[in-house]
Amino acid sequence: MNSGPNLILVGVNHKTTPVEIREKLAFTQVKIEASLSQLVSSPEIIENIILSTCNRVEIYARVENTDRGIQLLQDFICDYHGISRGNLDQYFYSYCDNQAVEHLFRVSSSLDSMVLGEAQILGQVKDAYSTARSFSSTGMVLNQLFEKAFNVAKKVREETGISERGVSISSAAVELAKKIFEDLENHSVMLVGTGEMAELAAKHLISYGVKTVYVASRTYERAAALAKSLNGCALDFESFKEEMHRADIIITSTAAPTFIVNEEMISTAIQKRKNKPIFLIDIAVPRDIAPEVNELENVYLYDIDDLQNVVNANMEERQKEAESAMEIINQEVTKFNYWFSTLDAIPTIVEMRNRAEDMRAFEVDKTLKNMEHLTSDDKEAINQLTQSLVKKILHKPTINLKKKTQSHDGHIYLKAIRDLFHLDD
Amino acid sequence: MDKISFSVALFSYLAASLGYFVYLVYRRPLVSSLSGGAVALGLISHTVSIGLHSAITGHGPYTTSYEIAMFLAWFIVVIYFLTEWKYKIKDLGSFVIPLVFLVMLVSVFLSKDAGLVPESEVRFWLTMHRTLSIIGYAAFSIAFAAGIMYLIQEHQVKSKKLGIMYFRMPSLEVLDDLNFKVITIGFPLFTLGFMTGSIWNTKMDQAFFSWDLAKTMPMVIVWLIYGLVFFGRMTTGLRGKKAAQFAILGFVTVIGTFFLHI
Repeated sequence: MNSGPNLILVGVNHKTTPVEIREKLAFTQVKIEASLSQLVSSPEIIENIILSTCNRVEIYARVENTDRGIQLLQDFICDYHGISRGNLDQYFYSYCDNQAVEHLFRVSSSLDSMVLGEAQILGQVKDAYSTARSFSSTGMVLNQLFEKAFNVAKKVREETGISERGVSISSAAVELAKKIFEDLENHSVMLVGTGEMAELAAKHLISYGVKTVYVASRTYERAAALAKSLNGCALDFESFKEEMHRADIIITSTAAPTFIVNEEMISTAIQKRKNKPIFLIDIAVPRDIAPEVNELENVYLYDIDDLQNVVNANMEERQKEAESAMEIINQEVTKFNYWFSTLDAIPTIVEMRNRAEDMRAFEVDKTLKNMEHLTSDDKEAINQLTQSLVKKILHKPTINLKKKTQSHDGHIYLKAIRDLFHLDD
Repeated sequence: MDKISFSVALFSYLAASLGYFVYLVYRRPLVSSLSGGAVALGLISHTVSIGLHSAITGHGPYTTSYEIAMFLAWFIVVIYFLTEWKYKIKDLGSFVIPLVFLVMLVSVFLSKDAGLVPESEVRFWLTMHRTLSIIGYAAFSIAFAAGIMYLIQEHQVKSKKLGIMYFRMPSLEVLDDLNFKVITIGFPLFTLGFMTGSIWNTKMDQAFFSWDLAKTMPMVIVWLIYGLVFFGRMTTGLRGKKAAQFAILGFVTVIGTFFLHI
């Protein structure tokens, strides 16, 4: 497609490479900074960006020659970390041109992540890009490519549900809480039992704005300690049943062998709350809350299996959304390729215009010298006339050349223009 | 001219209804914006149509059955816009605008006969009665849409089957709050409409409460239903699913009453 310099990508990720290899190949921030300048000083490499996260090490580059470039980058990664190439060949993947573009779009849109749709990767790609920019190892093509990748990621996020659904127990619980209560800020949570997962879920809720936290445990000291760390207040285990109406969200995680919360207790609580909803999360095994509680109006009870089912369903949905995300990515890859393929024509177009402008300026100068009787306004008018004439004449050839360079015989047109205008003299 | 703008409004609402439905299922932001634009266009031509029609007939848009239905649809759109501006519930349009379209469509088949135009003093009470009742009904129709959305969302959360609508619809709290707010606006207006209607009746030399059972009883029932929701919320905490169910029941009764009256 492209006769000039090409885009390539060389890397390893969590799908191709076990962690014990990945960790050896990872670049720390300091190593990245050193490597960027080292790579760009090679005559083969025009631009490069290094992306190194715990799940992937990838180098994106624009090189003079695809095959040589790929070899060079693979050698570089191995040499830099002092590992022999032979053992690693099986792990590397490499892509060029539109495949490399597609890969980057997939990575930044989190389609290539271990947890599909996770938000972290986009930030990591952005960091990699800004580091490379600050070391001037990027140029027009990689700048355009990465900026585009960020737009694509945003579009995928907005137009598909790829990141919409929580894929951990605590995020699914927070999502449910937000579908029941909207704004969590004015709501309260009560922990009954101080299990690790309950604590995690509570922290998650607090990070979404929950301000009031009550903690009850059979051992008051543990309740007090956890309450302190969550900035909440500890309750005596015996009294939590009377206080349940105060909480909008109740998370139970005790080691009790039987149900400790029954229908009657919640029924009383809901009456005291004047029917304001209660969201009960029972992550204890065996369960703490009698399942019939869910039958009560304005009460929503989820046990650990319910939450796990939600998580599984969400995973499947993300998988489905990934398909619509791929549609967006394919469209954007085509658009980017269009832009990339017109690049070949640009130096020729610039030269062609410069050549014409030189001729015009020379001829106008020559003519005006012999026409001293003209006013400066007249001279300016002649200048403008000739300028727009040149522009008009070159307009169609410019457009057509851009179009033609995307076809297989594009280089013939470029050569023809260069010959016809004597650009290579 | 008023007929042309009426048709523009009718088709804008139809386009917006379809658009909002597509948005609900396929989530394309552009479709949502286009649908919003179609509703705006609909409201503008709707307003023009009402204005021109009133200019031609020489009376307000609350005299013939056709006008009343059209005026009701207009108020629903206005309240919808206010709600949308305050709550930013994008998918409310999927439930409200089809209703607007239906009311508009039905109005085409309704009588355009003004009947006897009563003398001015009586006419004042009749105008008050109809305008206030129409605004009340419009508010109730938003409560109806919020109620349906509430029941859909509530069913998802309760049954633990979290489908596509779970993610797209707003939270139960927001829907319940919306339900309450519009009934809080609609109920007093409807009550005033009811009272002015009775005054109109007395001015017409009839009893304060004309016991035309077929006409008055449904109104009393509507009033009782919304009154129950209105006062129930404040006293016993009638909210959530029950409030949503009452809002739907109330609106179904409203539709019945509406057809009895026109």
